[in-house]
Amino acid sequence: MADIVMRNLVKTYPGTRAPATDDVSIEVADGEFLVLVGPSGCGKTTLLRMIAGLETPDSGEIRIRGRDVTDLPARQRNVSMVFQSYAIFPHLRVRQNIAFGLTVHKVPKADIDQRVAQAADLLNLTDYLDRYPAQLSGGQRQRVAVARAIVVNADVLLMDEPLSNLDALLRLQFRTELKKIVQELGATTVYVTHDQAEALSLGDRVAVMRAGRVVQLGPPIEVYDKPAEQFVGGFLGSPPMNFLPAVVRMDGEGAQLAVGEQRLTAPDFLAGYADQPVLIGVRAENIDVTPEAAGAVTAKVVVLEPTGAAVLITVQLDGHELKVQAPASFQTEPGKDIRLGFHPDRMRLYDPQSALALATA
Amino acid sequence: MTAAARSDEPAAGAPAAPRPGPAPGRNRRRRARRRAVRLQLACLAVTVYMALPIYLIALAALSTRDSLNQFPLPLLPTHFSTETMRSFLSLVGVVPGFTNSLQVGLTTLALSLLIGVPAGYGVARYVFRGRDAYQLFMLLTRALPIVVLSVPLAELFLNVGLYDTLYGVTLLHTALALPTTVLITSAIFVAVPRDHEEAATVFGATPLQAFGRVVLPQALPGIAAAALFTFVTSWNEVLGAAILTLNRRTLPAQVLATLGDSPLPYRFAGGLALVLPALLFVALMRKYLLSMWSSTLR
Repeated sequence: MADIVMRNLVKTYPGTRAPATDDVSIEVADGEFLVLVGPSGCGKTTLLRMIAGLETPDSGEIRIRGRDVTDLPARQRNVSMVFQSYAIFPHLRVRQNIAFGLTVHKVPKADIDQRVAQAADLLNLTDYLDRYPAQLSGGQRQRVAVARAIVVNADVLLMDEPLSNLDALLRLQFRTELKKIVQELGATTVYVTHDQAEALSLGDRVAVMRAGRVVQLGPPIEVYDKPAEQFVGGFLGSPPMNFLPAVVRMDGEGAQLAVGEQRLTAPDFLAGYADQPVLIGVRAENIDVTPEAAGAVTAKVVVLEPTGAAVLITVQLDGHELKVQAPASFQTEPGKDIRLGFHPDRMRLYDPQSALALATA
Repeated sequence: MTAAARSDEPAAGAPAAPRPGPAPGRNRRRRARRRAVRLQLACLAVTVYMALPIYLIALAALSTRDSLNQFPLPLLPTHFSTETMRSFLSLVGVVPGFTNSLQVGLTTLALSLLIGVPAGYGVARYVFRGRDAYQLFMLLTRALPIVVLSVPLAELFLNVGLYDTLYGVTLLHTALALPTTVLITSAIFVAVPRDHEEAATVFGATPLQAFGRVVLPQALPGIAAAALFTFVTSWNEVLGAAILTLNRRTLPAQVLATLGDSPLPYRFAGGLALVLPALLFVALMRKYLLSMWSSTLR
């Protein structure tokens, strides 16, 4: 049971006023893959480094496997880590690099050889074991770093943006491979990234961080579909969630959302917010370009961007730009008006002041 | 570079074929060649400038005494003889001076690495109060002429009983070499990524193991450079050694003291005896300077 418990972690770097992590509490279950995601400077790497033992929190507590490790040095925590820069040792051969953790722990030679061979096999490094890192490509160095991390069989596997130095195609390939490897290992994993696509595709759960705090923590689909804050919706997803100011109006049939002169059918729970301004959050793929219902609005097409599988349309609605995802076969052109349907169940509503999601009850 | 080289390939394939109009590719190639030749010439000039005096000294030291008086002076080793060298080495104080120099040089090297490497590491890795002032302060020892330092030092050493000992000279040389040792090694330690140390500790190494297994091997070329510099500094230092000792002279001090009014051949022999060990040391350290594993440093 290598679970991780982080409780009220606060860390402020000397010389800065704003804390890097501000009262963060997360529990990671045994074998879980948790992704910390957020813009740069949000504290995700600091959090990871505190789990690793490379930073000491000002206050709070970290437990791994039930043991309080808050004040233990990194080497006594039984964690392993993949660094963003890979941090593989240039003066050692690939074999010695992978074996480093085992050598330091004085594992018997035969055992080391066997485990290194296994890890190398898993990461397709068998042919490169006797090379120096300088003779490897970026992708191969990345593999060495991962092999070195998994060979020690640590309780906890930490990864700090391990894919960020690879080119786009390689990143996509290795992402899949990494997920497979980690699934097979079953190690508790904490993974830091600023790439929202990586976060959604890898994590069992995703923790979205901003300014040292965890803004939302949940399974990827939940975080994607139901952002708790405007920030989360705007950060996750490509394109990010659209936000459209509106006012709740009541008429005979129920609540409606007034966008300029036009009206949208509102979810029922908005009845309690009569005449209040709200922010509609809606994903590009949840806007219907061939609406049947009468509750549709008209918008002007600004730009068309075919993406192959679909076409991304930027439209102007009441002075705001929205991104709409339409089927690739959809025909229109810039300057034209199109009808857009918003399904009440597929929109999120936010308080324009606090940027928090409105209570749906 | 690759793009330019590729565009030149057709021109290289058919160099004799006459081309209509100007051939920009060939012109560029000629310019590149001319630049390469000029670079080679410059390298040659620097090498000759450095090597010629050494050659002349060696020639004079290894020729018969008569041949030195010939006119014009033969520039090739036609009158080879070890006689001058042999009589120089048999001179009183030369062999002891040589061993003294070696001893002082090596002890200085060990001492300055022992103190300077940790200091360089500290300056490179830790932010502490007064770090900048500390670095500046170290350089100040080099700002004072050795003569100015030596006289008060001689008085001090006389009082504490260190005068005319190799230990005193070693201390002076260590003090002179330390600033550069600290600065060179700190620059090297800065170049070793902190990530590497952190990775080592995450994988179970103690701070000392991380230093020994990961940082030190990567810093070796720089440390070798610092060692080289230290040894040569100590080997070449004359004034301080001459002032601080009477009977236990280092070789330069001995040469300075006794050969001032010796015949010319002896001076050449002394010069060669001084140059050779330093050259030898540079040659030994060379492979560490041209890094062992990294192709980027070459």
